[in-house]
Amino acid sequence: MIDKRYESAREALHDVFDGASIMISGFGDAGVPHELVDALVDQGATDLTVISNNAGGGEIGIAALMKMKRVRKVICSFPRMAASHHFEERYRAGEVELELVPQGNLACRIQAAGAGLGAVFTPTGYGTLLSEGKETREIDGRMYVLEYPIKADFALIKGLAGDRWGNLIYRKAARNFGPIMAMAAATTIAQVSDIVELGHLDPEAIVTPGIFVKRVVRLTPAASAISA
Amino acid sequence: MQRMTREQMAARVAQDIPEGAYVNLGIGVPTLVANFLPADREIVLQSENGILGMGPAPAEAETDWDLINAGKQPVTLLAGGAFFHHGDSFAMMRGSHIDICVLGAFQVSVTGDLANWHTGAPGAIPAVGGAMDLAVGAKQVFVMMDLMTKTGESKLVPICSYPLTGIGCVTRLYTDVAIFELGPQGADVIEMHGGLSLAELEAMTGVPLRSRLPA
Repeated sequence: MIDKRYESAREALHDVFDGASIMISGFGDAGVPHELVDALVDQGATDLTVISNNAGGGEIGIAALMKMKRVRKVICSFPRMAASHHFEERYRAGEVELELVPQGNLACRIQAAGAGLGAVFTPTGYGTLLSEGKETREIDGRMYVLEYPIKADFALIKGLAGDRWGNLIYRKAARNFGPIMAMAAATTIAQVSDIVELGHLDPEAIVTPGIFVKRVVRLTPAASAISA
Repeated sequence: MQRMTREQMAARVAQDIPEGAYVNLGIGVPTLVANFLPADREIVLQSENGILGMGPAPAEAETDWDLINAGKQPVTLLAGGAFFHHGDSFAMMRGSHIDICVLGAFQVSVTGDLANWHTGAPGAIPAVGGAMDLAVGAKQVFVMMDLMTKTGESKLVPICSYPLTGIGCVTRLYTDVAIFELGPQGADVIEMHGGLSLAELEAMTGVPLRSRLPA
């Protein structure tokens, strides 16, 4: 019997190792698997590469990992945000490497990894600082930049509901990076508000088929994540 | 000289967004355009974080933090709206499915180069978000900004001195004193407010301008 359910975030993250690359879904607060990231903070793995749209704000989650100097490198599109002081401190001290990637290139490079492509030619960033030193090519009269896939050892994502096969649905704009990160990591761990019986998720509405998900854990999001 | 307020600029931009357009409004001042879209036109707003058919801010009691815009402010979804993941969202831009995006800028060159993501100042933390994808992807890129900086330099320039977001991508520039069409041929003035002459506008900006003002 296939059963991808885990009892706790701690167990779901048991094998995250030092030096691991970890994708974390979310845009702003929506879709951030806060409870999984909290568990990662407790779990202790260090020397991490974090791939996420933002680089953490406030005192919890990615920001807590920053504060504890457990992040070696961040790959993201928008590290500067309200209360991103822990990232800024580490960055200015030269203690964390930043690979700044235009958001759409972040998405398509993650998709390339998930789809098994060797690279993509993207028009985004051509002629800018963010494509300096990269191979370019004219295709059909337009200029493109060669960008390589971004894969990860782990992806931590957040769904609304899942089942024991790992099928997932999402909630509103909290979907954002979840479906594409799920495809690009060796081990994808999804936190969901609800685990339902097989067959209860409408097959026409499943966004992430279970083949892309290794572990599902039911975690109740903090009240702030979904206001009344 | 009379300068347009931000609201007046937003209202002016909104007039040029046609029925049926799929539109992305950038963070900041461009967001104001949503308030002035003509009620008799069906215009679909896209948000880079995976929303088509984005509606106005909700009443406070209906705030849902899973339903936010690119500026992380709560929004609503109109009937017919849809959610999708980031791969699809940026395919909408890169794949030229978005008809118009409206962006702010630090500088725009007469040939439509855009600088709006980074001042390049030493010590500044760079952040780019979706700016470069929108710049190269949307069928038309409108920029709205004040024509002059607070210290009196023109933001319409021969060549951008700030780091570029995209090359030759801005098609139309809406400012508080004039509207320009930009392209390989340079800057054409298509509308002026506040009673300036073309010569005065040229003197202000220090760039060569061609008039396409209605006679």
